[in-house]
Amino acid sequence: MLEVRDIRKTYEGQTLLAGVSFEVHSGEIVCLLGESGSGKSTLLRIIAGLEPSEAGQICWDGADMSAIPPHKRGFGLMFQDYALFPHRTVAENVAFGLRMQQLPKPEVEAKTLEALRAIRMESFADRSVTELSGGEQQRVALARALAPDPRLLMLDEPLGALDHSLRLRLMEELREVLHASRKPAIYVTHDREEAFAVADRLLILHQGVIAQEGTAKELYEQPANAWIAGFLGLGNLVPGVVSALDPLTVQTALGNLQAHANGQRFEVGERCSLLLRPKDALIGTVSKGLNTLRGMVQDCVFMGDYYKLEVEAGGQKLSLFSGEPFPLGLDLGFHFLPEKVLCLKIV
Amino acid sequence: MKHPGTKSVLRAGLLWLLPATFLLVFFYQPLLAILRLAFSPAFEGSWQGESTAQVLKPLGFTFWQAALSTLLTLLVGLPAAYLFSHFDFKGREALRLLSLLPFILPTVVVAACFNTLLGPRGWLNLGLMALLNLSEPPIHMLQSLPAILLAHVFYNTAIIIRLVGSAWSRLDKKLVYAAQMLGANPWQAFREVTLPLLLPAITGASLLVFLFDFTSFGVVLMLGGPQFATLEVEIYTQALYMLNLRLAAVLSLVQLACTLLVAWLQSRVSQLRYGKAALSAERANLRPPRGAAEKTFTVVMTIILVLLILTPLISLITRSFVTLEAARGERGQVQTGFTLRYYQELFQNRTGSLFYVPPIMAVRNSLVYAALTVVIAIVLGLLGTYALNQPWKANRIFEPFFMLPLGASAVTLGLGFLVTFRQPAWSVLPFPLLIPIAHALVALPMVVRTLLPALRSIPSSLRQAASTLGADGRRVFCEVDLPLLLRPLLVSMVFAFTISLGEFGASSFLSSPQTPTIPVAIYRYISQPGALNYGQALAMSSLLLMVCAAGIFLIEKIRLPGEELY
Repeated sequence: MLEVRDIRKTYEGQTLLAGVSFEVHSGEIVCLLGESGSGKSTLLRIIAGLEPSEAGQICWDGADMSAIPPHKRGFGLMFQDYALFPHRTVAENVAFGLRMQQLPKPEVEAKTLEALRAIRMESFADRSVTELSGGEQQRVALARALAPDPRLLMLDEPLGALDHSLRLRLMEELREVLHASRKPAIYVTHDREEAFAVADRLLILHQGVIAQEGTAKELYEQPANAWIAGFLGLGNLVPGVVSALDPLTVQTALGNLQAHANGQRFEVGERCSLLLRPKDALIGTVSKGLNTLRGMVQDCVFMGDYYKLEVEAGGQKLSLFSGEPFPLGLDLGFHFLPEKVLCLKIV
Repeated sequence: MKHPGTKSVLRAGLLWLLPATFLLVFFYQPLLAILRLAFSPAFEGSWQGESTAQVLKPLGFTFWQAALSTLLTLLVGLPAAYLFSHFDFKGREALRLLSLLPFILPTVVVAACFNTLLGPRGWLNLGLMALLNLSEPPIHMLQSLPAILLAHVFYNTAIIIRLVGSAWSRLDKKLVYAAQMLGANPWQAFREVTLPLLLPAITGASLLVFLFDFTSFGVVLMLGGPQFATLEVEIYTQALYMLNLRLAAVLSLVQLACTLLVAWLQSRVSQLRYGKAALSAERANLRPPRGAAEKTFTVVMTIILVLLILTPLISLITRSFVTLEAARGERGQVQTGFTLRYYQELFQNRTGSLFYVPPIMAVRNSLVYAALTVVIAIVLGLLGTYALNQPWKANRIFEPFFMLPLGASAVTLGLGFLVTFRQPAWSVLPFPLLIPIAHALVALPMVVRTLLPALRSIPSSLRQAASTLGADGRRVFCEVDLPLLLRPLLVSMVFAFTISLGEFGASSFLSSPQTPTIPVAIYRYISQPGALNYGQALAMSSLLLMVCAAGIFLIEKIRLPGEELY
């Protein structure tokens, strides 16, 4: 079991990691989610032992790893752009870690073949890695990282370099391989979809600390603050000021809206953000005049299962999902139920 | 323009016209003359077993000293390449620039440097004589193999630093990390990943160093001695002193064959790259040295480089300002101390001096030749570059035709000119004019090598954009090509200028006593007895050193980051 304790690191005078702590339990896939430049990759390198941290500890089963060089930690790392050895073939790349363990040659060959078969690339064994497509390289990199049977696998934006459709396909494959291997894994990404698809648990790295952790469902339903809701792309964020507490009422440019406190305490006069999810908009039906809004339809896009409306209300653009199309320029009435409007702290 | 029409073939032909004629007349004709001389039946009887030995002995020595020099250069150059590609420290840029300086220095200047350091009249011997109260210089390092090797290491470390250092600094550090994450210890990671990926660069750089050591002329002539004749020196001696032109011609051909073979190998190895997969941004790996071992390494390596490069240079300059021994004819009182006399004497034409003109005329001659060289090399180089850039299939044959002069040594060129243009039919051509022509031949491949990549890197979409915006062909050239080629053009001009200033091999064949060039004058003066001659040689060497230092500084300033020098 991996324990990361209070890791700190500055980079060119700027605080990059300001005390990061978390744990990865056996067989668990943890997703580290953060904007680019938030220090995700640096954190992975510190765990791997490739870079020193200024404070904090990396422990495995309670034992401090700081004195142990990277090649003896038994951690695997799959690099963002794969870092396949260009002077070696596909099979030689996969066999590298096995050779470093000084396994007998027949065993190295057998295990390499097995690893290649697992990614359905045994026919590529003698190809040069420079001839492979992006998706093929990604699979070889994964096979190479898994072949020496590391006790922890770390993946740094494994799908980052691929185009969208390939990403979706490989995401499924990656999830299967990771779950089948039953290895604890840290998966770094900046993509919400990827994180939700792969992870058992998510960690959000923001401003050098873990801003929130939980399952995908927890994060989706109860983002800890407005930044996280915005980063995860959960919906429209409307800034406002708390004007009353019971029921929680927030004054915004759209008018006064009643909201759900999301388990947090607010004070009158406190600045906050309201999360209005597009799918929660009730268009046309008006109930008791509560949380009723009006706006002008500016755009209407057919999305397959629904229409996406862009509506301007009170100087703000809101996205709404609708079952039916509306003409541009229409003055549209809609409302949100108070329990669906989430009031979020501003950090 | 995938399918070249007659128009483009015509254009390529027109562009080729001038450079091709120039090369045919001034390179291939002399080469042919040498060939004819070497195989002429008229000499059939004069070739004996003894002559074969006269070829094999210098050939063997040339290989031996070149191999040894290359090995020693690697020994210094590889750690230096590691230093520059990995560590960021105070003075790094200055040290890097300093370590590149020797490469552009003329051979005579290098020889003069080591003469003032290690020679019988050099600092080391004078210092030891004063210290130990000796009457004879205790160190006899000149006229020895170590002197040649030392000068070669001094010269070519820059190549290793430049080529291997650049490859090393751009080697993706993640590959090494990946190896470590897969369980490789640092030594295994180096052996399994770093070394194989660097090997093409190391081999390529070594072959280039070998090539330069193999064709080294001035250094061997001035620091070695009669017993250390390389092919080049032997060609020179046989042609100018033994008057055995036949043997000189045969030696030239052997030399040409060897250099072409090595150059071919070098170009093959240079193509062995692993593509973008192994590359990262140029300065990505740089960081300050951490820990005692890295800091010690940085300090020790800096000291070695400064000692190796700066000591000979400082030694030359200081020695040129100091009187330490009596001039010829001034018996008795020796005034030691600071003097400007050697510089002042450059303007005097002493009776009984080696040339019919004051030494400063050599400076004037060299400047005129250098200016002419720049004009010839740039005009022909520009035409040739554009011709090579045309989508014309025949260019595959023309490119080696154009680059071959790079393989021919300057001494071979001098010999070829001597046997070709001393004929009555060519007597209309003023002989000294051949010097800038020979220099232009030496500079031309360098010019093309600088311009061609720059021209090829201009995307044709830029020209197309300009013409759709209403520019005609001439305007496109002026508005797109010229501004983008300006820097490489300036770099090639500085290159051509410094090459001409320092060129010694061909000049030593072609300059007459009335028209010496700086290097020829230095060579003559430094080998003569008398403090004045020695001092004048040093004064002139120091001036040349300054000009070349300014040249490399200029090139570094003009050069865009990321462009390679070679």
